[in-house]
Amino acid sequence: MSAPGADGGQPLLRLADIGKNFGPVRALIDISLDIPPGQVTAIVGDNGAGKSTLIKIISGIWPQDHGTIFWRGHPVRFHSPKDATDLGIATVYQDLALADNLDIVQNMFLGREPVRHWMLDETSMETTAKRTLADLSVVTVRSVRQPVGSLSGGQRQAVAVARAVLRQAQLVIMDEPTAALGVTQTRVVLDLIRRLKTQGIAVIVISHNLNDVMSVADRLAVLQLGRVVAAGPKERFDTASIVDLMTTGTSSRLAAVPAGPSDQQPAGSSSEH
Amino acid sequence: MSTDVQQPLRLGWVRVRVHGGDSGAVPVLLGLAAIVVYFQASNSLFLSAGNLVNLMTQAAWIVMLGMAEVFVLLLGEIDLSIGYTSAIGGVFTCWLLAPPNPAPWPLAVLVGLAFPALFGLVQGLIITSLRLPSFVVTLAGQLAGLGLLLYIVNQAAPNGGGTIRLNSNVLADIEGGAMSPLASWIVMAAVVALAGALLIARDTRRRASGLAAPPVGVSWLKVAVMAIAGVAVVLIGNTNRGEAIAVRGVPWVVLLILVVVVAWSFLLGRTRFGRYVYAIGGSAEAARRAGVNLSRIRVAAFTLAGLTAGIMGIIFASYLGSVSANVDGGQNVLYAVAAAVIGGTSLFGGRGKMLGAVIGGVIVAVIYNGLELLGLGAAAQNIWTAVVLLAAVTVDTVARRGRSAA
Repeated sequence: MSAPGADGGQPLLRLADIGKNFGPVRALIDISLDIPPGQVTAIVGDNGAGKSTLIKIISGIWPQDHGTIFWRGHPVRFHSPKDATDLGIATVYQDLALADNLDIVQNMFLGREPVRHWMLDETSMETTAKRTLADLSVVTVRSVRQPVGSLSGGQRQAVAVARAVLRQAQLVIMDEPTAALGVTQTRVVLDLIRRLKTQGIAVIVISHNLNDVMSVADRLAVLQLGRVVAAGPKERFDTASIVDLMTTGTSSRLAAVPAGPSDQQPAGSSSEH
Repeated sequence: MSTDVQQPLRLGWVRVRVHGGDSGAVPVLLGLAAIVVYFQASNSLFLSAGNLVNLMTQAAWIVMLGMAEVFVLLLGEIDLSIGYTSAIGGVFTCWLLAPPNPAPWPLAVLVGLAFPALFGLVQGLIITSLRLPSFVVTLAGQLAGLGLLLYIVNQAAPNGGGTIRLNSNVLADIEGGAMSPLASWIVMAAVVALAGALLIARDTRRRASGLAAPPVGVSWLKVAVMAIAGVAVVLIGNTNRGEAIAVRGVPWVVLLILVVVVAWSFLLGRTRFGRYVYAIGGSAEAARRAGVNLSRIRVAAFTLAGLTAGIMGIIFASYLGSVSANVDGGQNVLYAVAAAVIGGTSLFGGRGKMLGAVIGGVIVAVIYNGLELLGLGAAAQNIWTAVVLLAAVTVDTVARRGRSAA
């Protein structure tokens, strides 16, 4: 039923036959996918494969046209991003949605500042922020009181992720987290993803970079033209088979690791739109 | 390792501030000092007690209007209407106080504050609900304000020749009167002691909790600067500036400015509202995604700008002893923007402080006062204010580019 290693067997998030159309364009076709708790799931696919659409549905920005989302086994319906956030689904966007002029602490607590006697409780905010960053092994920032605008790309990702952790996220979605980063910064972000996993937080990573994906993911789902053409433990895939799947929808090079019932075998045809 | 960490953190505090383009008031104060030295060298009357008190009363209304503008500039917006709405507030106050049946002055003040606040509220609602640029809406507000001013002055004083006198000793004393010398000392000592104690207590607590805090020396230096500024103001105010009879004491308006600066700084620095104003100015999208109600904060900021402009209107009426339909609200609002921007408030939003508007307003007033003493008129005053404003905007823009390049 679920991924190897997930105890209890129930997926954190289950997508069942999710479909999304934009006019005549079928952006997503019968997407079924399980996201187990505490693991890193990478979603890969070429441009236009439907990755962003899928993420927007999971994070509550767009409603799906059909299909059901299950959260911890219960069907849920998102009317706004807030519904998803309230459940514990945090999305770290490419542009990160940080205010450059505010410092790290202010950004991490933006919108949820603790208040004492009408005043912002800066002491508790700063203490909590420091602890959260330390738990994520973010040690490179000089001071939590420096403006986010002065941080590097990797550090900004760290702040955005720390904010999600602070808000008790159970599932963190990262959209192209390493796209704009250099080698060192990429390593920082990949370490961050591993730290999230050790804290029991599930991560969905959208990425073009197969090296990053292979180094950090536990499981993979390959999207091609709006369909999941393959999903399963990382061990089943190698770079060559992923490229095959991304481009043609099939691959003869998949390793024969037994897949769970929900892990779809390569779809036979992908000629539909 | 722990000792290694502490040192960079302390150094980091200084570096973060300077590198972030937030080096505080020091460069502006140095600029002010240079201007003062120049004027004093040109005319030794400049630093006389009489002229400096005169300067305080001149600066007061510019400072107050500058603080009004800070609320909206922090959002990345602008309010061009407050020069006239403040004058209308002043007209309402004078009207209510006019003989033969003058209203009690607190009521007149309340009405004088309510009108500009309401005007700001309406503009804020228009800007947020129709999603129009604040520049255009408040430009329309400026025109409407001028029209309303002419209309109301004619209603209030049909035979006044476009002028309505301020008939209240209490309100006239804001700019015209002064605290007694003893009261000046007591008030200033109380203000400095309170502010200093709060600052030291906060920094000590932060240091004890291991949080980012300025070094001990910097905390005390700030208190020392506050104390020196306070003593200087009182010494100047308490020096006899009368000719035939002795005139001593710090003008009441200084106290009024202090109260408003403290209140608005608290609002911006210590409350959620203030935090959201900065957040919207930095990135409205980030604030929106964090669940901040953008419209509510924006409308509140425009209302507060209007309210503060209302205070300025009463100060202005007190300064002139009347309100006239000839008030140049368009020029006044430009002084307000100049005061705010010279004082370090960014035109791009998200950066700036109330205290900066005080320093900026004083600089604008110093230029006026100094050139006046040199016998130069409005032409030179406007040109030099423009030069300083341009310099301030240039610094703002270059600092911003530096930040985005970093």
